[in-house]
Amino acid sequence: MNPINRRQFLKTAALTFLAFAGRALAAPLAAAEKFFHEPPWRRKKPYWGYAVDITKCIGCGRCADACKTENEIPREPFYFRTWVERYILRRSGEVAVDSPNGGIDGYPPPRDPESIAQSFFVPKLCNHCEHSPCEQVCPVGATFKTEDGVVLVDRKYCIGCRYCIQACPYGCRYFHPTLQVADKCTLCYHRIKNGKRPACVENCPTGARMFGDLSDPEGALTKFRESERTQVLKPHMGTEPKLVYKGLDKEVR
Amino acid sequence: MNDSYLETLRAALAQVSGFIYPNELELQWSILIVLYPYITGLVAGAFILASLERVFNVKSVKPTYRLSLLVALAFLLIAPLPLQVHLGHPERAFEIFMTPNTSSAMAMFGFVYIWYLMVVLLVEIWLDYRREIVLWSKSETFWPKRLFYKLLTFGVDNISPRSLEIDEKIGRALTVIGLPSAVLLHGYVGFIFGSIKANPWWSTPLMPIIFLFSAMASGIAGVLLFYMFLCWLRDEPIDMPCIDTVAKFFLTALIVAFSLEMLETLQTAYEAEEHFDIIALLVEGKLYFSMIFVQILMGSLTPMFLLGLAQLFDLPEKVRKVFYGASAVLSLVGIFAMRWNVVVGGQFFSKSLRGFTTYKMEFAGREGLLSAIVLAILPLFVLAGLLYLLPPWGERAGKESATS
Repeated sequence: MNPINRRQFLKTAALTFLAFAGRALAAPLAAAEKFFHEPPWRRKKPYWGYAVDITKCIGCGRCADACKTENEIPREPFYFRTWVERYILRRSGEVAVDSPNGGIDGYPPPRDPESIAQSFFVPKLCNHCEHSPCEQVCPVGATFKTEDGVVLVDRKYCIGCRYCIQACPYGCRYFHPTLQVADKCTLCYHRIKNGKRPACVENCPTGARMFGDLSDPEGALTKFRESERTQVLKPHMGTEPKLVYKGLDKEVR
Repeated sequence: MNDSYLETLRAALAQVSGFIYPNELELQWSILIVLYPYITGLVAGAFILASLERVFNVKSVKPTYRLSLLVALAFLLIAPLPLQVHLGHPERAFEIFMTPNTSSAMAMFGFVYIWYLMVVLLVEIWLDYRREIVLWSKSETFWPKRLFYKLLTFGVDNISPRSLEIDEKIGRALTVIGLPSAVLLHGYVGFIFGSIKANPWWSTPLMPIIFLFSAMASGIAGVLLFYMFLCWLRDEPIDMPCIDTVAKFFLTALIVAFSLEMLETLQTAYEAEEHFDIIALLVEGKLYFSMIFVQILMGSLTPMFLLGLAQLFDLPEKVRKVFYGASAVLSLVGIFAMRWNVVVGGQFFSKSLRGFTTYKMEFAGREGLLSAIVLAILPLFVLAGLLYLLPPWGERAGKESATS
């Protein structure tokens, strides 16, 4: 091989510089067009999504109860895959939130009902984020996203470092006291793989909880998302949840 | 299921104030995870002090050079233990090496650690001691020790001036690599917290650099204290120009760390985003003692004041020694409090920003106070062992006779 002489070196350097300079001039013009990202459910089928209609939730807590039964979650009041929060907005501006035992046993009657401006229930569960922070931080890859968009934990692989619990902005993970691994909502993966709906959806008496295939243009969930104005929790986190809410109030975090 | 632990959690339910997500009752990262960045910080700080002499040619800190390396090694050997004990499945820990998730800051731990331990620290210490190891392997009368040195020579007993010169060159090159490695080791620990966007108390790009400078302060304080203690123990005079210089670097690290912390606090308060109210309540309440009093007043301002006095005025030797010693102890306590405030403090408030949980530390459990104390003391035993096998004090006489 011949050693590179000075002329060749300068030539290469100049060309590289020109290439970057040309790109620098052209790049700003096309920048805005890059905003659009095709959602993954255009390419993958099925791709599971979830929606909650807050205006329909009556706070019965049957979803949280069914989840604990279906998935054998410890019955302690601090381990939940799903729970229901009650919001009480008073005329004074005061906001009170509670979720005693996840809403399974009902809620205590509110004091001074006259002072309440409005009150509503918000069911919470894993958001199955498209860019899930829990998956990002797992040191061994025990948390992963399936081909059909569900975020799962491999119980045989999780080392129990709890980093994912810290990383979840929504408090949807807990540390399983007997298995000693991180645990969270699986969308009842064992059920949906067999064509059934998740236990929480199955047990919701008002249809406030909806589950479906985002890749199906005629599906009920797609129709709901197209016809309603929905919002996600903590959108500034950039996690792109696949759980959307209708009727979300600004006080809900 | 551990029933007594569940009982503790049930009792903690009554201690919750405001609203927290139900899963947030349990505080996930205990005192052991406070200990981990504290210990790694001492490693990084001690190593950076050692490289002052080697890389930046600050000759006056020479008497602490080898001690710094041994302190770094002793603490580095113990550093992974708190993590290991904390894991739900310690037997799977090796998966971090085997199948690391490349997007995880924590997965990098294994590689940064191994690189730093195997490539940088062990080789550097070995090179620096090689001449003595060869001499000891011949002169030592106690046979197990002689065998140990013999093994450590790796069969090379060439200590000609030429070969020592090569050692010195490689050693210097290693320190030049080691300096960014030490920065990486601790910077990455800061990044573990700083990169968690879900937690506003952690999520800041300043976190790695705050961790780094407080690490330098703690490492320098640690070595300073060990040096003064060992001099007292061996009934030797303290090399005053040496500790005067060390104190100068100590003060610098403290000032930079403190300024960065205050800058971060000021920024949070001034921008006063959504999370500011809960953070203010956190600092005024649950963290008042450990942050305002211990970390800031006792652990930062007081040592800065004492070290500053020693810089400004021509104080007698005895007073300087007392000031340096006191500053070192205070800032070691203060920096532990700082780690506590970051790790535990960041878990007190709910991510709903509406309430606080509580931390009931166990005493005897796996993650209890007792195991934390044992893990904190363990490096001192390792250090004692290292000092016995590789005494750092013969060095000056040795080096001088080698060059003359």
